[in-house]
Amino acid sequence: MTHQTLELEGMSKSFGGVKALDDVDFDLVEGEVHALVGGNGAGKSTLMKILTGVYQADAGVIKVADKVGAIRNPTDAMKNGIRMVYQELSLIPYLTVAENIFLNYEPMRRGTIDKAQIVSKTKALLDELGIDLTPDQKIVDLSVGYCQLVEIAKALSAQASILVFDEPTASLTSSEVDKLFELIRLLKSRGVSIVYISHRMKEIFDISDRITVLKDGRKVMTAKTEDLDIGAVIDAMIGKAAERNFEWTPRDVPVGDEVRLEVENLSGKILSDVSFSLNAGEVLGIAGLIGSGRTELLEILFGLRKASGGRLRIKGKDVQIASIKDAIGENIALVPEDRRRKGLALIHSVKDNILIASLNKVTKNGLLQNKKAVEIVEQSVSEHSIKTGSIDTIVGMLSGGNQQKVLLSKWLNTHPDILLLNEPTAGVDIASKAEIINFVRKLSLGGTSAILVSSEIAELLAVCDRILVLNDGRVVRSLKRDAIQSEEEIQHAIQG
Amino acid sequence: MPYKGNHMERLIRGASKINIQENIVYFAFVIVVIFFIFTLGDRFLSVVNILNIARQTAIISIMAVAMTFVIASGQIDLSVGSIAALSSLVVALCLRETDSLVLSVLVGLFVGTLIGATNGLLATKVGVPAFLVTLGMMGIAKGLAMWITNTMAVPIMDKDYNVIFGLGTVAGIPILLIWTAVVLIAGVFVMHQTPFGKKILAVGGNETGARYSGINVERVKMLAMCLTGAAAAFAGILYAGRMQAGRFTFGEGDELTVIAAVVLGGTNLYGGTARVVGAVVGSLLIGVINNGLIILGLSVSQQIIVRGMIVILAAALGLSARKR
Ligand SMILES: Nc1ncnc2c1ncn2[C@@H]1O[C@H](COP(=O)(O)OP(=O)(O)OP(=O)(O)O)[C@@H](O)[C@H]1O
Ligand SMILES: [Mg+2]
Repeated sequence: MTHQTLELEGMSKSFGGVKALDDVDFDLVEGEVHALVGGNGAGKSTLMKILTGVYQADAGVIKVADKVGAIRNPTDAMKNGIRMVYQELSLIPYLTVAENIFLNYEPMRRGTIDKAQIVSKTKALLDELGIDLTPDQKIVDLSVGYCQLVEIAKALSAQASILVFDEPTASLTSSEVDKLFELIRLLKSRGVSIVYISHRMKEIFDISDRITVLKDGRKVMTAKTEDLDIGAVIDAMIGKAAERNFEWTPRDVPVGDEVRLEVENLSGKILSDVSFSLNAGEVLGIAGLIGSGRTELLEILFGLRKASGGRLRIKGKDVQIASIKDAIGENIALVPEDRRRKGLALIHSVKDNILIASLNKVTKNGLLQNKKAVEIVEQSVSEHSIKTGSIDTIVGMLSGGNQQKVLLSKWLNTHPDILLLNEPTAGVDIASKAEIINFVRKLSLGGTSAILVSSEIAELLAVCDRILVLNDGRVVRSLKRDAIQSEEEIQHAIQG
Repeated sequence: MPYKGNHMERLIRGASKINIQENIVYFAFVIVVIFFIFTLGDRFLSVVNILNIARQTAIISIMAVAMTFVIASGQIDLSVGSIAALSSLVVALCLRETDSLVLSVLVGLFVGTLIGATNGLLATKVGVPAFLVTLGMMGIAKGLAMWITNTMAVPIMDKDYNVIFGLGTVAGIPILLIWTAVVLIAGVFVMHQTPFGKKILAVGGNETGARYSGINVERVKMLAMCLTGAAAAFAGILYAGRMQAGRFTFGEGDELTVIAAVVLGGTNLYGGTARVVGAVVGSLLIGVINNGLIILGLSVSQQIIVRGMIVILAAALGLSARKR
């Protein structure tokens, strides 16, 4: 018989009036990968935060290795060998990669921190994971994808017996995911038990032994993965026949003739000699690995970074985009990849966050029009089915996916000519992903041009009229949608 | 009547929802007032004494309104007290030389705003932390105030000035109280009804996020500093009116009282939230405590100790809520 390392029984947890968990059971067998799935706000992160002692359950019993009540706070959890990769990145920005990984576990030598050992251990860990970072890089300088890799490395640095991954791959591309999975399989063979949370069904079916589905704080089912198929899981999650796959549908309105943006021989830190053009109403996808220059491209176009060479033309006019102000002047908007650092003010309400980039739309004679503001925000909330108590709820209290939808609404309300999207569906559940993709399509039919960076090829294929593949800062392929036969084609180009 | 019942129910539920800890300043105020009413009776609760408190706290309240903007934007301004001193002297000198009330007041406000703008420029363009810039400016403004008259006070003979900016009453209400109300209403209005208020909060709540949202972060921070500069100058004008003179000692130590009032009022010391009304109530609370302790007959040293303890207690109760 397999050995049960963990049992959660009858877990309930409320935040104010919101019932995040309602009598949920969950267990973990030694050496298994147990996937936890459910829509945004279903209670997945909350359940796992109870396990790691971050939250205390209102009711229920936690048994670790048959010991009851072993976990009352994060220290208890660590003592029991439980480690978690949190959905909200929890790295300290001004510390280095190595300092973050060993934070609170610094090896000591003669009363001081053994820096050399931290660095060498980190280096070994990064090598093992195949992460191309050096131990002394500062977290602030890293893109979200790299931060996620560091989070993973951090969780793996300890000798854990239970590892929880809360959407570890939300901004990772498939080759990085593959590396992570290799590692998970290795850990599994050593008897480590793993909880894996993701909105990517393919990953769930690749890696898990069992699947538990949560819906609105309740457990809907637990079953062996081999006895399930994707359709069954999605049905259990959503409870209705929702749009579940993204599929390319031909456009009702063709891409416009007007060339809206021309990029010529653009170079930067990573980018070199990138040229392309974007027409009115066109959706251009950018595919590439982390570090291939995807984010740099968007950030140059939004005035956040300087190009070292090249020219930009908007609607036929040469332009300089040296600052965000210039970019906004050209009616460009960027949905940034890091919602916590760059996107949202977590202590502010849903309403204030959604409106902050389009205050001019709700201002008349220098005054804010509260009625109009409420109208706009309520429309966004219903249009993107944001799950929130009210529009005055503090954004930091929403689940990860719902925070992402707030971020998206904030930028879509600015009605830009050129919309830059950096991983817009990170952490968003399947039903909402399809909604977001459809929304981008709708905007493009209305004449908005968009550049979409995504690690999910399926997503790119569903909405992009053209896809550029970046590799090491260069455009290696430029493919029209009609000419693409399969996901593998892009996958190959990405790997170079 | 079912409707009435529902209405009551909602009211009760609404009332139970008010977060006591976040609104600690109002509760503290009520408790302190009740305490003094019971212990001091008429000596505390007389029209004369109440107007007295109002007059004494007016100047702090006005600076606290502006300071709420600075703190909400994630900055701090330590130079307000010195700016008040300098402006009182500038106005007094200008009145003596030109005899023009309007011109003198405008010059005073201009000097304060200019110093605020300098603070803002150094903090945003040069990047010196606001704490250090304004700490330096506190010395500079104070030094200037001492220097221009060689530490002499400058009396103000203009009767109109002294009435309008210090001693007058309108329908029995001290004019200082009216000035406070005007500034408070303007502050609440700008914070909650204009885009500028939202931008202040955005900058203090997440500076990077605000920048990504197309907000000119530097400009917003700079304008906030101009506000405290101007408000401090106005405080100096009121000091001068009340005392019928300009003097370099006015406003000494006010910066800390003002900051305490703002934070007691519920504004997060690290930015992102703003309680304009709370700041004024915080200032009143400090004023009431000062007044009550004096009437109680505590010695100056005892007063200072008790005041310090009350401030820490109130702030601690308020903070434990916001940390959650
Ligand atoms: N600290 C908190 N305060 C108030 N409400 C909270 C808090 N944390 C979570 N919630 C609420 O609990 C519910 C469950 O949230 P949780 O984060 O567990 O969802 P999730 O399944 O992880 O969703 P996602 O896929 O979007 O990450 C949501 O309605 C959320 O708003
Ligand atoms: Mg979550």
